[in-house]
Amino acid sequence: MSALAADVPARGLLRRFSNFLYRRPRLTLALLLLPPMLWLGVVYLGSLAALLAQSMFSVDDFSGLTVYQPTLKTYGELFQPASLDIILRTVVMAASVTLGCAVIGFPLAYYMARFAGLRAKAVFYLAVMLPLWSNYLVRVYSWKLILAKEGVITWLFGLVGLDSLLDWILALPVVGGPSLSASYVGMWVVFMYIWLPYMILPVEAALERVPRSLIEASADLGAHPRQTFRNVILPLAVPGIAAGSIFTFSLTLGDYIIPNLIGNSRPFIGMVVYSYQGTAGNIPGAAAFTLVPILVMALYLAAAKRLGAFDAL
Amino acid sequence: MDEKKPSAVSFRGVSRHYGEVRAADSLSFDIAEGEFFSMLGPSGSGKTTCLRLIAGFEQPTSGEVLIRGLSMAGVPPYERDVNTVFQDYALFPHMSVAENVAYGLMIRKIPKAERAARTEAMLAMVALSGMGQRKPSQLSGGQRQRVALARALVNQPGVLLLDEPLGALDLKLREQMQVELKAIQRQVGITFIYVTHDQGEALSMSDRIAVFNKGRIEQIGRPDEIYEHPATAFVAGFVGVSNILSGAEAAAVAGAPAAFSIRPEKILLAAPGAPVPGDSCFADGTIASVLYLGASTRFGVALAKGGELIVIEQNREETAVSASARQGQPVRLIWQRAHIQEMRT
Repeated sequence: MSALAADVPARGLLRRFSNFLYRRPRLTLALLLLPPMLWLGVVYLGSLAALLAQSMFSVDDFSGLTVYQPTLKTYGELFQPASLDIILRTVVMAASVTLGCAVIGFPLAYYMARFAGLRAKAVFYLAVMLPLWSNYLVRVYSWKLILAKEGVITWLFGLVGLDSLLDWILALPVVGGPSLSASYVGMWVVFMYIWLPYMILPVEAALERVPRSLIEASADLGAHPRQTFRNVILPLAVPGIAAGSIFTFSLTLGDYIIPNLIGNSRPFIGMVVYSYQGTAGNIPGAAAFTLVPILVMALYLAAAKRLGAFDAL
Repeated sequence: MDEKKPSAVSFRGVSRHYGEVRAADSLSFDIAEGEFFSMLGPSGSGKTTCLRLIAGFEQPTSGEVLIRGLSMAGVPPYERDVNTVFQDYALFPHMSVAENVAYGLMIRKIPKAERAARTEAMLAMVALSGMGQRKPSQLSGGQRQRVALARALVNQPGVLLLDEPLGALDLKLREQMQVELKAIQRQVGITFIYVTHDQGEALSMSDRIAVFNKGRIEQIGRPDEIYEHPATAFVAGFVGVSNILSGAEAAAVAGAPAAFSIRPEKILLAAPGAPVPGDSCFADGTIASVLYLGASTRFGVALAKGGELIVIEQNREETAVSASARQGQPVRLIWQRAHIQEMRT
């Protein structure tokens, strides 16, 4: 025993350091947490605070210079009809994209979690993740071409004789437009394409955590597959859907590239922020607008929690 | 058995193969109405497969399962008059205890008032009154087990299937639940089919036991038949502790039979040269090993004619010290001829 104890100091500095840490788990934890806490605390929360501070200033209408005096004037501008329009447009788009992603993503996630073998699952994971490997801008531009009036979608619809359906969609008020690439429908499609992986992966993870025995127990107690789905599978998948929707919803709220490239160039929140802090030089206005998605997300999460979306966690 | 009343469950030449593996291999047996029937065997012996065939989670590769005389070929689980208590309890985590218990009634669209009353009565029966509003995650293992039992029994199924329901509980709780399960079964009178790898559980609760091995049934019988008269070496070895002798050793000790078993507690440890009654046989040897077990001591006796017999004696006066001092002592083993169980191998 004593021979072993005497042996320890001889093992060098690194061994002694690790022994030192082993005896002080709290210190080890603190050391591990320090870098991420610094990052979150200083870089993230700090910039958020700076943002908040910026939004309290205003821009002098006459000179266009920032007046460094606390005021709520900039926030007041958010409540002008034009601004409310932008906010509403963005939130409705984000909500429709989230809904679309959930409806399209769920069956795929369900198949991956419950039926796919190891090999098929790997293939599906790859297929879901693959789009994330290539450049975002390139993908959006490709969609612009795909959705263009002379693009492959128009051609496909024509090929199978559904051009009247396409014309009908484009003729719809508000969401239609001269072509898919210049309409809200087209923008919705592109948003869904871009954010779909962020919905599928958490939903798949949630479904994978539902034990087979729960589904068997439901059937054993007399529930038809449809009833089992409604009473057992769906409620247990809701936290995953909520997690996915946080991604799709917030990413859509803040995006400024897709509304710039696709659609009828009516402004979205992201575009406004982009132009305010760029050419317009209205940093306080940009800051105030940036706080809108944060607020919307907070409301969204509060509502989801109230509806019990996280009860099954 | 009354011929007009069909068996609760019948297997008619049922096989379930997974590729090369024969999880159940042409099984035929009947389980009577109201019986507490245990399927006992090591893991992978096919007992759980049989349970799943009755529940409807699996379909037989060949043969037929009947429940109360009706063929279950192609009948899904939700159309069978059976309910299951799952090994992991399979309680719905997003529902309260009461909602879990009421699930089957809710699915069958039983009116709310009746549902609540039956749920409450069932929770009272498993001693969980007032726990209805809790979530399963707030319960202990034993309490979850009771909820699972209540959730199955509230539907008043023709047959209740229990898949190692006590496996996750500690010893004390397990013994208590054995007593309660048996009492509940007498009270409700439902056929219980109980899967376990614990021979003690099977012996203490069952009306009949089927001992499974490699997808086949080695023996079906009452607990005392299984224990006192094991039909095969596997049963003798799996159920309780047994001395199993075969070939030359068997011939040397007992004379005639090719293979036999004798329970260690049936053997008397006597002084060398002690008189042997007429209905008994004997063997001389020396104590080769001593294991003090608290209530009893397990002696390994090396026989003079070759082979070894295990003897278990109650510690009426023996202590750990006195027991271990007997190591190397010459002894005479005496047992009644009737306790020798001949076996097919």
